[in-house]
Amino acid sequence: MNDSTPKEVLYRVRRFEPGRDPSPRWQDFTIPRTPGMTVLDGLWTIKQTLDATLSWRSSCRMGVCGSCGMLINGRARLACNTQLSELGAGVVAVAPLPNFDIIRDLVPDLSPMFDSHAALMPYLIRDDAAEQENPTGEFAQSAEELEHYLQFSYCIKCGCCMAACPTVATDPVYSGPMPLGQAHRYNSDGRDGGFAKRREVLSGPSGPWRCHFAGECSRVCPKGVDPAKAIQLMKRELVWDYIRLRKGHPPAAVVPKPTEIRRRPNIPDAPPRSV
Amino acid sequence: MMRDQKLWSWHVAAGIVILVLLGLHMTIMHLDEILRFTSLNPAGGEPIDWQNVVARGKMVFFAVTYVLLLGAALFHGLYGLRNILFELIQGAGAKKAVSVLLIVVGLGLFVLGTLSALASFALARSL
Amino acid sequence: MPKTQGYPNRLGIRGWLGGGRWGMERYLYTLHRLTGLGLLVYFLMHIIVTSFRALGEAPWNWAMGAVSGGVFKVGEYLVYAAFAFHAINGIRLIIVELGFGVGKPIEPVYPYRTSVDTQRFLAIGALVIAGVLAFLGALDILMVE
Repeated sequence: MNDSTPKEVLYRVRRFEPGRDPSPRWQDFTIPRTPGMTVLDGLWTIKQTLDATLSWRSSCRMGVCGSCGMLINGRARLACNTQLSELGAGVVAVAPLPNFDIIRDLVPDLSPMFDSHAALMPYLIRDDAAEQENPTGEFAQSAEELEHYLQFSYCIKCGCCMAACPTVATDPVYSGPMPLGQAHRYNSDGRDGGFAKRREVLSGPSGPWRCHFAGECSRVCPKGVDPAKAIQLMKRELVWDYIRLRKGHPPAAVVPKPTEIRRRPNIPDAPPRSV
Repeated sequence: MMRDQKLWSWHVAAGIVILVLLGLHMTIMHLDEILRFTSLNPAGGEPIDWQNVVARGKMVFFAVTYVLLLGAALFHGLYGLRNILFELIQGAGAKKAVSVLLIVVGLGLFVLGTLSALASFALARSL
Repeated sequence: MPKTQGYPNRLGIRGWLGGGRWGMERYLYTLHRLTGLGLLVYFLMHIIVTSFRALGEAPWNWAMGAVSGGVFKVGEYLVYAAFAFHAINGIRLIIVELGFGVGKPIEPVYPYRTSVDTQRFLAIGALVIAGVLAFLGALDILMVE
């Protein structure tokens, strides 16, 4: 920070109170600008000093919970993850995530996204329900097998990808990058055996077929999940499946707990307790 | 009714077919001055001059590939249009109507195009 | 203009192309749709017009006469250029949408290198090749005149 950094910042926030406002409108707030300030910090300052009715979702304030997804200066981002310094000088325009109905102010209705997500069965599907309820051992999975889906498991369900996707902008039937990315996350998980079940949804109009690789989802993802990559990899799997080239695999076997455990011979004994 | 998984796979396959055949067609029609395929434009002049049309029309290769290109391009283009329309309109009834319309238009134009390909093949052979 | 002491941060020409808000691939997606629609409209008419060759020389010449002239010549070139873009970008889309050229799942380390970055060379290559083809087509028309 030097003398030319402005001392104040103008927030232009999209307001909407159902029952009072016929449609959303902008409202300006001028607040002090501090070093290292994030967009979320500014929202809290507004709420605490200027307008207590301003509403939004936030929680962890460190980019891991996915609650504070908003449209900031025209781009879908997490408010807690966005420094004012990366937005440059000028107005900070904060609006709710597009492609979702607005409940109030900056609060989007994410339930369609979660409905699509649930429809794609984002959990391990196996035949051995008894084992899953009362596990006797661990599911075998090598480090290499983990790499196949680990990147996609970092999704925090913030909805930024859905806001950036041009298909989600017009088509409510399309599942969207988050649900589809998560479907691929489970399809690629060696412990899962649910490809055929998910395919029933994926082969139809909710599947990845309306993705045309605009790539915006991956560009805005705050956790580097790269849902576009997941969707293209999933398309290959589904096309290979149609022409019967897909190599299915049975879900990972259970590795029984070792029954014979012996101490390695050369480990010295612990020193006597001193406390 | 084919599901999207299958339709999209055929859309890609048709795209590859069109790439080759329409690429050839564009080369004959629009790169003739630069590349000069005399076997495909033997009468000189413009590729669309009647003599050149007849010269190509005689060949079985063109009769067959025109029909292939017609089918692939109609499917590819109308499926693309269907995608765009389905992303914009809602309602199962409206979507069904669009599908039926596109199938009718596609099949109709395919029949028209194939008949004229076969008729011009016969005509060229007789000349 | 007062002199600032901050780090220069103008977007330059990039600012004309959405200012970093949208990636190149989003524009390519829009252009691919537009060229597709244009080609489809042209194609449906083209099937009907070229069917005249089955009726003989005179009907064919009439049909060709009906679609020649200034506006049609320009339109024809646009169709050719639209095809050049749609086909070459289409090759990129076939490759990428079948999961090739997008990279394998990786451990994301900020700043993230996404599938969009990995396939970027294909997008640029596609634009270059399409540009060359469009240029050759223009040459072809000019050489005839």
